Amino acid sequence: MPNRPEHLGPPELFYNDVEAVKYTNNSRIIDIQMRMSERAFELLLLPKDKVCLLLDIGCGSGLSGSVLENKGHYWLGIDISSAMLNIGVHRKIIGDTMLVDMGQGMPFKTASFDGAISISALQWLCNIDNNKYVLRKRLDIFFSTLFATLSRSARAVFQFYPENDDQINIITTAATRAGFFGGIMIDFPNSKSAKKVFLVIMTSTSMISPEYSRKDHVITKTLTTRKRTNKTMITKLRKNRILEKKERNRRKGKFVKTDSKYSGRKRKNQF
Amino acid sequence: MKLLTHNMLTSKCLKGVLVGYPLKIEVQDLRICEVNCNLDFLIRVIPRIDYPVLYTAMETLGYANDLPSEKPEDYQTNEEFLKKLHHALFEIEIINGNLLCPETGRKFPINDGIPNMLLNEDET
Repeated sequence: MPNRPEHLGPPELFYNDVEAVKYTNNSRIIDIQMRMSERAFELLLLPKDKVCLLLDIGCGSGLSGSVLENKGHYWLGIDISSAMLNIGVHRKIIGDTMLVDMGQGMPFKTASFDGAISISALQWLCNIDNNKYVLRKRLDIFFSTLFATLSRSARAVFQFYPENDDQINIITTAATRAGFFGGIMIDFPNSKSAKKVFLVIMTSTSMISPEYSRKDHVITKTLTTRKRTNKTMITKLRKNRILEKKERNRRKGKFVKTDSKYSGRKRKNQF
Repeated sequence: MKLLTHNMLTSKCLKGVLVGYPLKIEVQDLRICEVNCNLDFLIRVIPRIDYPVLYTAMETLGYANDLPSEKPEDYQTNEEFLKKLHHALFEIEIINGNLLCPETGRKFPINDGIPNMLLNEDET
């Protein structure tokens, strides 16, 4: 994909006043956003007769939120770009919006929301715009706090533009680590431009899986809960093994470096 | 920012803050705008609302008389109460002001009705 906007700069600077107006008035973008939001809403599988409280992550000027509004639900939105949010306020959306950086966690009390959607926002989280950011940490904070703010048996649907397969992997493993179940789903996988990637995650397994009614849907990956191997255990085992080997060689009279706190430690990954 | 949002917001993302709830309110500008009442949603959202927090928020805004100090037991059918609650949750909007973290006193400014919950790097 040529020039991805994430590479140009951090989202709060990229979506400045000019870009925000462009984005909100472009009928093509509006159309795509609406269709993706409708699809994401479909994947949320909300109960039909109930009005739900939803969270829109990266709501921008509230395009995706207006889809939720049309379906009769109430929503709260968060975004990092104040320019986009200001436009949303002038468009008189029903939902409340807040200025939040998703990598710093969701500032909501536990079990507040019946579901969450996010349209074209998650890829921004994968970009390290500041040398103090640690990607894994930010993803972990995001998913774990999101898990806490969702009610039991809730779903979150993220439409995003992954840069490559690695990025999908990093995101799905972070979601699993936080306790989510679910997987990646791709609409129109064979088309380069119409291809849309959705991450559908849920807080409990007891939920029914979505009906894959359309022909163009392919489920590529399903998250599996990884068995946790204790990292410190492994390093201890390795250290013991090395110390024993050194002791053996010392007894044989060979030249052996003295033991220190660094013995048996892994070397840093070299380029 | 509506009071429903205030009822959900915490400052627990701050480093060292355990609960961070409820946030204190400092008001500069208020606006009251009428919103259509959706009873189904209102009844569904009541169990999720921390009623004492809502009441103290109304007190700080100076509308303590508009809401009973305790939630009536028959809240699902009590129409008068539901109307008052709807007014409190959805119709009162804080346009400018501050939210204060109850533990650290960190200020989160509200501009144009949008609370700014962004943290500095050393605060995460």
